Amino acid sequence: MLAWVIYISFAGALVEALLPRGKNSAARWFALAVAAAGLALAVAGFAAGWGAGREVLVDAVWVPSMGIHYLLAADGISRVLVLLTGIASVAGILFSWNIELRTNQFFAFYLALIGGVYGVFLSFDFFLLFVFYEIAIVPKYFLIAIWGSTRREYGAMKLALYSFAGSAMVLIGLLAAYAASGAHSTTLAALAHAGLPAGFQLWCFPLVFTGFAILAGMWPFHTWAPTGHVAAPTAASMLLAGVVMKLGAYGCLRVAIGVFPHGLDRWGFTFLGLGSWREVFALLAVIGIVYGALVALAQADFKFVIGYSSVSHMGFVLLGLMALNQIGLDGAVLQMFSHGVIAGLLFAIVGRLVYDRTHTRQLAELETMHLARRLPFAAWAFVIAGIASMGLPGFSGFVAELQVLAGAWQAKPWWTVAAGIGIVVGVAYTWRALQKAFFTDNVPAPHVLEYEHTHQLDAITWPERLGVALLLLSTLAVGLYPRILLEQIEPAVKALLAGGGQ
Amino acid sequence: MNYAGLNYAALFQATLPETALEIAAVAVLFVDLAFLRRSGQKLRTDVAAWLGVLGCIAGIWAVCALPWRGFSAGNDVLLSAGGSAGVAQVAVLVLTALTLLLLVGCEFTRNPGEYVAVVLMAAAGGLIIAAAQDLLIIFIGLELLSLGLYVLTAFAKKSGQSAEAAIKYYLFGGMSAAFLLFGFSLLYGLSGSTSLPRVVLGTYLASARGAAPLLFVALVMVAVGLGFKVAAVPFHFWAPDAYEGAPAPAAAFIASVSKVASFALLISISDAILQWMGMLHMTGRVTFSGPSPGAAPPRVAIGFVSLWPLILIVLSVASMVLGNLAALAQSSVRRLLAYSAIAHAGYILLGLAFFGWSNVSAQAILYYVLTYGLTTIGAFGVVGVVERATGSGRMEAFAGLHKRNPWLAAVTLILFLSLAGIPPLVGFWAKFNLFAAVLTASHSPVSIGLVALAVAFSAVSLYYYLQVLKRAYVMPGTDEAPIRMHPVTTVVLVAIAAAVVLMGCFPGLLQGWVASFYA
Repeated sequence: MLAWVIYISFAGALVEALLPRGKNSAARWFALAVAAAGLALAVAGFAAGWGAGREVLVDAVWVPSMGIHYLLAADGISRVLVLLTGIASVAGILFSWNIELRTNQFFAFYLALIGGVYGVFLSFDFFLLFVFYEIAIVPKYFLIAIWGSTRREYGAMKLALYSFAGSAMVLIGLLAAYAASGAHSTTLAALAHAGLPAGFQLWCFPLVFTGFAILAGMWPFHTWAPTGHVAAPTAASMLLAGVVMKLGAYGCLRVAIGVFPHGLDRWGFTFLGLGSWREVFALLAVIGIVYGALVALAQADFKFVIGYSSVSHMGFVLLGLMALNQIGLDGAVLQMFSHGVIAGLLFAIVGRLVYDRTHTRQLAELETMHLARRLPFAAWAFVIAGIASMGLPGFSGFVAELQVLAGAWQAKPWWTVAAGIGIVVGVAYTWRALQKAFFTDNVPAPHVLEYEHTHQLDAITWPERLGVALLLLSTLAVGLYPRILLEQIEPAVKALLAGGGQ
Repeated sequence: MNYAGLNYAALFQATLPETALEIAAVAVLFVDLAFLRRSGQKLRTDVAAWLGVLGCIAGIWAVCALPWRGFSAGNDVLLSAGGSAGVAQVAVLVLTALTLLLLVGCEFTRNPGEYVAVVLMAAAGGLIIAAAQDLLIIFIGLELLSLGLYVLTAFAKKSGQSAEAAIKYYLFGGMSAAFLLFGFSLLYGLSGSTSLPRVVLGTYLASARGAAPLLFVALVMVAVGLGFKVAAVPFHFWAPDAYEGAPAPAAAFIASVSKVASFALLISISDAILQWMGMLHMTGRVTFSGPSPGAAPPRVAIGFVSLWPLILIVLSVASMVLGNLAALAQSSVRRLLAYSAIAHAGYILLGLAFFGWSNVSAQAILYYVLTYGLTTIGAFGVVGVVERATGSGRMEAFAGLHKRNPWLAAVTLILFLSLAGIPPLVGFWAKFNLFAAVLTASHSPVSIGLVALAVAFSAVSLYYYLQVLKRAYVMPGTDEAPIRMHPVTTVVLVAIAAAVVLMGCFPGLLQGWVASFYA
């Protein structure tokens, strides 16, 4: 049943593409219906898979001559991320209710992207996963290049080329692993059990891991992320930060770590104090956490603050992966969900609630606009989202980052210390943006007040309220009762760590 | 060759597909000149194109329905049948038919009958080289094909560019044919035979006796000649000009049919080498016979086996690098397609350089050339339509295409993404298939490194394909008048795009079909 999330998304995209021009309202409602159906299926699949472990959805031989299987399956990790995709896609459509330019094409690309994302999370064949992974590249390009804002063509092309370069690295690793295994099957399980030589894994692992991690925003390959996020239209930046970056992290976990576990072994020598790929990538993750936070602190553009904060938060995911223990990986998966929801919310507030009304994202200009008074809903939504983003208790980010840090502490205490600095800076940049954008304390002059009175900003619409509520409730629910996700994540991570969970 | 024992009935049967094309060519000329001289241009074009398509269908029937016997003189096979030759022949005929259908609605020539006749004769040359197993027949087939292509390039008589391109193409072609012939004569001198398997064996023995440098010279000469045909760097200079100057259907023909036939020939050569290796593998030794039987056994096994792949690797790497990088700088879509064709030839040459046992490589290469040819025909079809509507083949002419003709824009999207190798389109499977075949044939750091290079450059290629798609979908056009397509062109282009998607979603279909020729 869960497999239908993929099919209805692609079918929806096709229908949208064939819709006649000018039927904007129909296009919107149809897209919302498709995304809501996807969310419903994701929730149903999530509930049905409670305590079920890994279940195979479809298994058919796709290309007999090469042993490629059309193998869709779901374990706890997949179900959590499919749920995230469902939530993010519905919210994204609610926040793109005001798209009037080529509406049907917008939603066609949007739903095609969603379909590809669902496909990645449900594929248990290396090859199938790769196909869905690449399907997601093209819609991203057009979503940004056609409907984007600041330097959209540059941002779109940069994103497309980074993604494609990353997937080229993955493809090389895939081809090499396929040829080296001689298994005549490309299912992840077959490759994991093919007994690939440790020496081979040691060079293939970093290739595949880096290829995926580019999309997860790993420093120093993160530069596509801020420019891409800023250039993208609101819904696309929500999806980019919310689910597309998770594709990369998911690939790192499921494919790189799952298929090449010995790639994390020690090299047998040390170079600059680093003795294994695990330490290298953990170092890069920590640098990403601190660097992203520091750069976010210095941004003048509101959206760039959020863009760099995504780099910082995704660093926690990668750090959790490199902790390579139960709690660290649990935290990494939980952080994927948490960041997906929170970053989506932040981008929605900045891009839709604020920018579409003020037509500026410069903090210096927003400072003069007294948005707390004029857009109270946006201000309070951002306060709550900001608190969630800082990782305060009660929200999903807290549980996730705590677990990542605990896992990292078990592995190497200094990782935790360094990442802790990132959290402190995170509080600072969120506070700074919040204060500058919404809560300036200078009292407006009377003529300014009069001007603001006569030039009211558009009221917040119902789709926007609904979208904010959906995302806020998701992060609150997980923050207050994290077991709801962890019950699913823990057994799947345990199986993955044991090497038999493929 | 032993001409005394030629069985002409068998020869006729073996060359029935070629005969069908020639009869169709004559019929087209006759109908055009005898009945339609006073008819309108449109009718003449339609009749000529459809008659040509009929000829191609008859040819396909002849290839598929008749038993694959091939043709031999004595013990030497002259024309092979089935296997790679069969696949390539059907591909040549199908692609020729498609390029003929693109002619419908074109008005670059007042002599459609002659155009179609030349296309069919060139296609017959393609059929011959796809099956040829003898140096002389290879050369005759190549010349038949090439001469047709020169004429086709020049067919837009009112266009100076067309004439210039044809002259360039002809000069390069004549030069490279001379090289090829010289190389063949050296091979004949070394081996004493013109039959491919004997040439391989003979040159091996000769090089073992100390003639290796001469063999190297001969192989480089052959590589010059064939490298020209497939537009491999550094013999590619004609390609951008010919692609740009030739009328669109002719350019589609050059880019697809001629490529398929030339790569089929390269496969025959690689196959011959492999068969010989198989012989060595089975017997474990080669019996040396010749003027000095007591000579020392070979110290180094130099021959086709090590030299030929080396030459191919050099050509392949140069083509991938230069083709992809030069394509980045193009502003004309045709030149872009030309440089991308050079890059694609580079990928295929990599497959030929690491040619493996058990037909896997041959099938992967044929799969690649076939799907590439199909996609390119579609791409040139799109270019032709846009050029007729806007009068320009530059990228800017594509601006706003999604508004002017959504179907044409969708076809462009699918075809160019397939060329870039994005799944689930067929171009992706072709690449994957090919690179997997390279790695199965040879799993060494060299082959992995070269595959990595190829994959990396195909990532580069996305940039220039997206440049075209960016015009079609992102940039607004200055002119928003709808573009009309001839119904036949629409059907052909949509069918090609649909095939690209379908074969991409079900890659087993085409693979199974290709494999059926090897049963």
